[in-house]
Amino acid sequence: MAKMKNLYYRNIEGTSPGYWGLLGALALMIVAGLGAAYYMEHHGHIVTGMSNQVVWGLPHVFAIFLIVAASGALNVASIGTVFGKQPYQPVGRFSALLAMALLIGGLIVLVLDLGRPDRLIVAMTKYNFKSIFAWNIFLYTGFLAIVGFYLWAMMDRMVGKYYKPAGVVAFVWRLILTTGTGSIFGFLVAREAYDAAILAPLFIIMSFAFGLAIFLLLIMGIYGATDRELSDSVLRRWKNLLGVFVAAVLLLVVIYHLYKLYITRTHGIESFILLNGGVYTSLFWIGQILIGALLPLFIIFTKLGHSRFWIAIASVAVIVGGIAQLYVIIIGGQVYPLPLFPGMAASSSFSDGVVAHYAPSLPEFLLGMGGVAIALLAVLFVVKVLDILPESLGDAVLNPPAAS
Amino acid sequence: MSDNKSLQSSRREFLGKSAVAGAALAAAGSGLVLTRMAEARAPDQPVSNKVRWGLLVDAARCVDGCTDCVTACHEENGIEQSGHAETDPQWMRKVELKDERTGYQLSLPMMCQHCETAPCADVCPTGASFIRADGIALVDRHICIGCRYCMMACPYKARSFEHETVTKQKPHAPRGKGTVEACTMCVHRVDSERLPACVEACAAAGHNAIMFGDLKDPNSEIARKMASEPSRAMRADLKLNPGVRYQGV
Ligand code: SF4
Repeated sequence: MAKMKNLYYRNIEGTSPGYWGLLGALALMIVAGLGAAYYMEHHGHIVTGMSNQVVWGLPHVFAIFLIVAASGALNVASIGTVFGKQPYQPVGRFSALLAMALLIGGLIVLVLDLGRPDRLIVAMTKYNFKSIFAWNIFLYTGFLAIVGFYLWAMMDRMVGKYYKPAGVVAFVWRLILTTGTGSIFGFLVAREAYDAAILAPLFIIMSFAFGLAIFLLLIMGIYGATDRELSDSVLRRWKNLLGVFVAAVLLLVVIYHLYKLYITRTHGIESFILLNGGVYTSLFWIGQILIGALLPLFIIFTKLGHSRFWIAIASVAVIVGGIAQLYVIIIGGQVYPLPLFPGMAASSSFSDGVVAHYAPSLPEFLLGMGGVAIALLAVLFVVKVLDILPESLGDAVLNPPAAS
Repeated sequence: MSDNKSLQSSRREFLGKSAVAGAALAAAGSGLVLTRMAEARAPDQPVSNKVRWGLLVDAARCVDGCTDCVTACHEENGIEQSGHAETDPQWMRKVELKDERTGYQLSLPMMCQHCETAPCADVCPTGASFIRADGIALVDRHICIGCRYCMMACPYKARSFEHETVTKQKPHAPRGKGTVEACTMCVHRVDSERLPACVEACAAAGHNAIMFGDLKDPNSEIARKMASEPSRAMRADLKLNPGVRYQGV
């Protein structure tokens, strides 16, 4: 790692009532999430909004959001290590920690939503190597191991010499991981919404945007709360980067829909999402496009982007838009009827030919938020006990006036 | 029959039993003669890939409003409806179709199509979803973790997730809350040289719209019918080579 002047890492004190209050609130959310999972497990998925038509519900939206964001959160560390960009290196530790925490939060939600979470051991011991799901189990556990080592290499001089290779491996691994997550949908050829090769790159860019938005919020929050210095010029670079990612997501979304509109066969699902899909159409235009893309782009690339408050608003908007986007992809793609009998109007006792109904239930929401809370609690706790964060992210550290 | 001789001589002498099956069918008023039931598996024998069980549905014979096959299927396999339409399991369902241009209407039964290259088996992380050597798609209820990825992947919406505690299950059709289930082509019946419940019920009602047999035996009635009359696979564009085929659609 390139040496930086005045760069010292120190754990946050974490003694204020605010800190403990926040931790307590997160702990409560976790308890609620676990309780919800137990409730769903005990009664069966009948107590959720899910059905035989919509088999993946709100927990999957949260879980996939967290998993996708996890790999994006590592971006900051990767830019520092792999591309040697200095202002990114000091926050590499935090970036790696955040990535691991988000992934763990997402995986816990995914596992607790299984019909048989008690059979986790089966999932860990019996593999069908044709299944992208089985590969993802390797990708996820491998990610935790590799990023864990990477973090160690950043923190401990003893293994410091592996810093660069570990960073490169982690970088490549996370790209594969997000491709794997996106491919979960790519394999569902029978469902019109997912039958597009562009989903994998779309997921990668989404991960960049979501991960960086969460990263920015937490960095600004922690540095603000602990009165540590945070350079405005660096913050501006990061928020500009966020703007680039958001624009790229928007571009890929446009390409995705143009592609779907070009294929006559998928006109049905397109008009459903874009025009007459009710809540899904609203979520697409208002949630995904307006809040998730146009609003943050406007903030970031106008004068508003000079204010931390507005950068935080932009980050929150990216997160809200991201959840909306995944909701449209995951739920919207399921409620739309399968094209089983082209040219025929179908009806049956099993929702053939009709748009399925889905309304998320409270336990699903609590489980999803529980995963978010697990990730946040882990981050806030580890920065208290380990030297993860630089004492200062001021200009003197990040952009030393003279050559460093 | 020449290519079957070795099979028959080496494997079993079930001709007597096939006569029983034939008699049962005749009693049911069926025109089906299932000569190839002799290829069914005895409990002590491994499943053979020399056969491929399949169904041929004739939509022209399927009667609008009749649900005898569905009722028989659900009774046979202990599927209870608890009144939750969206979550109750349905191993089989009747679909009413209407040609959007001509107004022509028909109805047909849908169930697991027992694909050769089944998406459910491809995506299942644990291998719980699998295709038996004789072509029957099954879920091993002991290693299904309930991830529902197979349901996402199935083009036919043939699977149900058990959303509630299962009551009154049948010993031959183990089921359980939190796992996925679907039509087994009445594998327990097939293994003891009996017809799937839906086939039997349809014949008993006098409709004979569903035919069961060995697709690999060119002399079986089902194979001969498929060779001489048009039939099609649903979503043939996906090239899954299902074991269930349709006529009159
Ligand atoms: S729900 Fe069960 S059978 Fe279906 S993919 Fe998951 S583990 Fe396999």
